[in-house]
Amino acid sequence: MRLSRLSRTTLGVVAVLILVLVYVPLFVVLVNSFSTSTSLSWPPPGFTLEWWQRAFRSAGAMEAVGTSVVVALVSTAIALLLGTLISFALQRFDFFGRHAINLLVILPIALPGIITGIALNNFFRTIMGIPLSIWTVVIAHATFCIVTVFNNVIARLRRTGTKLEEASADLGAGVFTTFRLVTFPQLRSALLAGGLLAFALSFDEIIVTTFTAGSGVTTLPIFILNNMFRPSQAPIVSVIAVVLVIVSIVPIYLAQRLSGDDEQKAP
Amino acid sequence: MTTNATAPTSPPGRGIPRPKATTARRTSVFLSTHPRTRLALLLSAPLFWLALVYVVALAALLVTAFWSVDSFTGQITTEWTLDNIITVLTGSLYQTVTLRTIGVALLVTIIDVALALPIAFYMAKVASPRARRLLVIAVLMPLWASYLVKAYAWRSVLSQDGILEWVLAPFGLHTPGYGLTATIITLSYLWLPYVILPIYAGLERVPDSLLEASADLGGKSWPTIRHVVLPLAAPAIIAGTIFSFSLSLGDYITVNIVGGASQMLGNLVYTNVGAANNLPLAAAIALIPIAIIFGYLALVRRTGALDNL
Repeated sequence: MRLSRLSRTTLGVVAVLILVLVYVPLFVVLVNSFSTSTSLSWPPPGFTLEWWQRAFRSAGAMEAVGTSVVVALVSTAIALLLGTLISFALQRFDFFGRHAINLLVILPIALPGIITGIALNNFFRTIMGIPLSIWTVVIAHATFCIVTVFNNVIARLRRTGTKLEEASADLGAGVFTTFRLVTFPQLRSALLAGGLLAFALSFDEIIVTTFTAGSGVTTLPIFILNNMFRPSQAPIVSVIAVVLVIVSIVPIYLAQRLSGDDEQKAP
Repeated sequence: MTTNATAPTSPPGRGIPRPKATTARRTSVFLSTHPRTRLALLLSAPLFWLALVYVVALAALLVTAFWSVDSFTGQITTEWTLDNIITVLTGSLYQTVTLRTIGVALLVTIIDVALALPIAFYMAKVASPRARRLLVIAVLMPLWASYLVKAYAWRSVLSQDGILEWVLAPFGLHTPGYGLTATIITLSYLWLPYVILPIYAGLERVPDSLLEASADLGGKSWPTIRHVVLPLAAPAIIAGTIFSFSLSLGDYITVNIVGGASQMLGNLVYTNVGAANNLPLAAAIALIPIAIIFGYLALVRRTGALDNL
């Protein structure tokens, strides 16, 4: 399509304006983390580094980060395994009930979190009689993370086809050797992208977590929710948010690099 | 597919040596000749997980909606009754809140699609590869700032002495404060990246050659977008709307943070599970969003949107 210079510029300006809008609230959080005011007044009456120091000394915040990382890592690992298995089944085989299984994978993310939350809470406590703990959170998170891995892997499987695997089998490689040397290397970046999304999804999830976490389990979102409205703690929450955004640059950059490499390699 | 296991031995010194008949090799041969077993092995673990954890939990929740709570002991009585369903269907509170929730979810979805389309189009079809990469990063980054912090940031932006009032006051305008408008703004903000990303991915898959062909045939920008780009990107756009619609439908935390007193379905479910300890009624209320989402998924299934999530 040949867009005129004017429409290109207009589109560019609109895109930049939307991005500016997206970053205004984040900017406000950044400024709030240095503000001497514990309420939300603008412009800030003065600036201080106190909140940053207190945030890094806050044992509760650090422990919550640790819990969140453990939960996100384990649920991502489970989601990677189950999501990959199910994408192979749905992409490489045609069988009765395929669409139902597809829907089953999507459902935990398509249904509102509060429904998944109360359903799992009821399931663990009254049906299974399992007390809520960090592991019930992991089970819940893994369930709705499967879909992100599934989507990435199945898209890659559709694109790569089965020619290389057939060639490998013709040359005498067994099922396992072919997977290790041919299939898996082709999937690696899709697995990383899906895994990153799953990690992010789990790390930020609050509603399902509220309903499936045992009383002693504080993930970072639960910590934030508990402290957000306490005047003496609110600016610390801002500090945590700023740190999270900065830290997130690394995985996003990595994912971008990897997908960029793929584009260049693609025929 | 053929396997080498039964091939005749090659003359010494030439060709591939015959593989040793290890257990792994035998399993491998068995698997490659039994596709149904392969499928069963692939499916058993994920299906076991999803069926056991999710389907059973969801089914149990549906069943609970037909039970009731003993008002004296607070225990669930497992006698079948339609009372909760009738209460939810006929109660004016539930009707109002349902309509309000659907209205908010629809508005949020429309706003998000309207914002996502130009920026996704610019990213996919106009920007240089370098600029595109930077834009993707710029769109993804807010996704990693915590949901709660972003909602809280909007509380700060919209407050009476927040930045919005500070910007608007010189023009004689004022912040909308906390309420339904604030809820719609905040939810649109929170789900925007979830709508941009699938639309961007969908537009990226629209081949440039089709756009060139349209231009060669005399199609100007707007007709090309309407007759070529939009129909091809429709499944991706619908996939994006599933996110914004469903996430808005069940939200109660943002509503608590910036929503003032107006409730949504999520709040009703939450209060009935927590404070009121009435799981059967909460389950009956939860049936409303479940029904809406299932209706929506059934409606969009044929468009192929479910493959674009």
